[in-house]
Amino acid sequence: MENMKLSCAAIAKVKEICENHNNDAGELINVLHETQNTLGYLPREVQELVAKNLNIPVNRVNGVVSFYAFFTEKPKGKHPISICLGTACYVRGSDKVLEEVKKVLGIEVGETTPDGVFSLDCLRCVGACGLAPVMTISGKVFGNVDPKNIRKIIESFEAEA
Amino acid sequence: MKIKSLQDLEKIKTENATRLELRNEDTLDTGGETCGLEKGTEHIQVLTCGGTGCKASESEAIAKKMQECLEQFGVADKVEIITTGCFGFCEKGPIVKVMPDNTFYTKVKPEDAVEIIKEHVIGGRRVQRLLYVDPETGSSVSDSRHMNFYRKQVRIALRNCGLIDPENIDEYIARNGYSALADCLLHKTPAEVIDVVKRSGLRGRGGAGFPTGNKWEFASKSKSDIKYVVCNADEGDPGAFMDRSIMEGDPNSIIEAMAICGYAIGAQYGLIYVRAEYPLAIHRLQTAISQAHELGLLGEDILGTGFNFDITIRYGAGAFVCGEETALIHSMEGKRGEPTLKPPFPAVEGYKKYPTNVNNVETWANIPVIFQNGPEWFASIGTEKSKGTKVFALAGKINNVGLIEVPMGTTLREVIYEIGGGIKDGKKFKAVQTGGPSGGCLTEKHLDIHIDYESLGAAGSMMGSGGMIVMDEDNCMVQVARFYLGFIVEESCGKCAPCRIGNKRMLEILDKIVAGKGTVEDLDKLEELAQVIKDASLCGLGQTSPNPVLSTLANFRDEYMEHVVEKKCRAKQCMSMLNYTINSKNCVGCHLCAKNCPVDAIVGELRQPHTIDYQKCIKCGTCMNNCRLHAISLK
Repeated sequence: MENMKLSCAAIAKVKEICENHNNDAGELINVLHETQNTLGYLPREVQELVAKNLNIPVNRVNGVVSFYAFFTEKPKGKHPISICLGTACYVRGSDKVLEEVKKVLGIEVGETTPDGVFSLDCLRCVGACGLAPVMTISGKVFGNVDPKNIRKIIESFEAEA
Repeated sequence: MKIKSLQDLEKIKTENATRLELRNEDTLDTGGETCGLEKGTEHIQVLTCGGTGCKASESEAIAKKMQECLEQFGVADKVEIITTGCFGFCEKGPIVKVMPDNTFYTKVKPEDAVEIIKEHVIGGRRVQRLLYVDPETGSSVSDSRHMNFYRKQVRIALRNCGLIDPENIDEYIARNGYSALADCLLHKTPAEVIDVVKRSGLRGRGGAGFPTGNKWEFASKSKSDIKYVVCNADEGDPGAFMDRSIMEGDPNSIIEAMAICGYAIGAQYGLIYVRAEYPLAIHRLQTAISQAHELGLLGEDILGTGFNFDITIRYGAGAFVCGEETALIHSMEGKRGEPTLKPPFPAVEGYKKYPTNVNNVETWANIPVIFQNGPEWFASIGTEKSKGTKVFALAGKINNVGLIEVPMGTTLREVIYEIGGGIKDGKKFKAVQTGGPSGGCLTEKHLDIHIDYESLGAAGSMMGSGGMIVMDEDNCMVQVARFYLGFIVEESCGKCAPCRIGNKRMLEILDKIVAGKGTVEDLDKLEELAQVIKDASLCGLGQTSPNPVLSTLANFRDEYMEHVVEKKCRAKQCMSMLNYTINSKNCVGCHLCAKNCPVDAIVGELRQPHTIDYQKCIKCGTCMNNCRLHAISLK
């Protein structure tokens, strides 16, 4: 996990989220969703804080954070890239798209580029199967992706960054 | 305004009837060349698809440009732009439909928006280049009823998708919405409601196909002051998107059905467990819930009957196993989504230990219409044991990718070749995968199977949630099995050893086969392990997890044998078994390949055919990409 010191504002925010859910342990997943939306990710310190506020052991919080793919303990890049590995995209060659993106960025799945601009993840089906294979960058969907064009697509975001 | 009686509901229906009548394909006169305002039509509606797929192709920008154009030409009072849910024909999206001309425009781009308004709506001429072209006849088809994609479909669960504005509850009411709830609350006892669902023969659309009426009956018999109704919207099967489309296109049908169930089983609370990855579906559900509240169709004393019912949304966080109902319940309780043994069934002990009835989105969407048209009508559609229709997400190497709904009993051949328009790029059909990661791959010999729960199960696959992925000769079946197993290994919750460790071992064996190091004994080992996982796993996910391997082993054993004996991959996908070769007849010795080879593996004199040194070659493919004469191929 990342070393980070939480700011007073972040601590207050987490406390507020927990209170909005009545500090109810049954609301843990909703609390984590909101916390991740606010802070971007869920480092160890945040998990400890959530555990304290909801009055549950931190291992239960970490058990939930590590169980669900949606929660992340590492910060994402400025432009998170997701490659769809749903079946429809897979049979239309999304594995080759993934290989090319890894090659272009020089990182593996779950990693962030050293400059913090891009992070790479896989997801299962965005539901745009008619456009397979599909990748998303910062939420924008790119359909019918040809590995040959990937460098150009990524460079267009680099320029922006 | 709160709806207090059947009359109030009827009033909203009548007020909106004309608007909806414009979109009723069955009563429209679409003959004649002239269209748009030229024809004398006083009110025109332009429907644009607001589903996730079409939105990704800028359907919002199209709607915005059309609106601007209407205002510019001063016809905004006569023409209305309406954003609907998914039309289903995703391959041809974004789709724009002009009513009452019943003109179906495909692959519309934002720059086409002005032309549709100028030419069609104002000028009275259809924009020919945006019409669908029938690949068989080569002629264009302007309305969806005459497209092969729609001709065989019967849309029950999808009845309102692509037809109504999902963010306007009045349009849902105009399509008889909430009349079933009113009928149940005012004229039926809870037992009678359950009886109707039982007589309809409806079975769960989420996978296993358990009779819905029986499920409701179990929950109704549990004695408790507090009970819950849950909508399972954790659509995790990669490649299936029907639940998302229903939530995005017709959210009120789910809300109405859940309220009916609440009345039938004696529950006051509804929960929708939806994937956090579906922001649009969540937004539409929230809108529908708050509109239903405003009209008094949710909340306290619904329709003055004293029945209270409320719905809240719970978010999933990305775990396939949460589609299993006990796991889903644990996840809603803020815990890891691990399944537990049944019994106790959720109908006895579910959410927070209270009796809970869980149904899937598509199942819910069928409920209101069963009450509107009667259970006998529903039971008259389909096969002996599987009633009604099923929605399938048709995808992969097929011409018409999209969301389709067909009566149970339709054959796979009809779905793939008539509705789906056959295999892409004229390639050869190889397999169709149904049932997602728990299902199996079926082949040519299964194409005439009449699709229902039993027949798919007997063929070694399953109905599942309705993913249908078509594969052609370029797909390696060993790799397909490995793909599904990779998914299972990632998604296994880890609670029981057979699933957690067994699938991992199976994946290692498949990795070994793909790497060209497999043996015949490995195939036996795969089968043995698969059997143990099937027998000994705790939940449905584990018990069905070896299906993709078992069905490919059964139906494509020769392909596995080629991999392990001859070290050959006929689909040319397993790189370990392939080499780049230079055809000396085509090679002119231009040296371009050698110049670009990163490891200097290509040798040869200038203007003489070159050769590849396989000791050095890393199979990167740069040579093939650089050869202008197509002299290099993968064999």
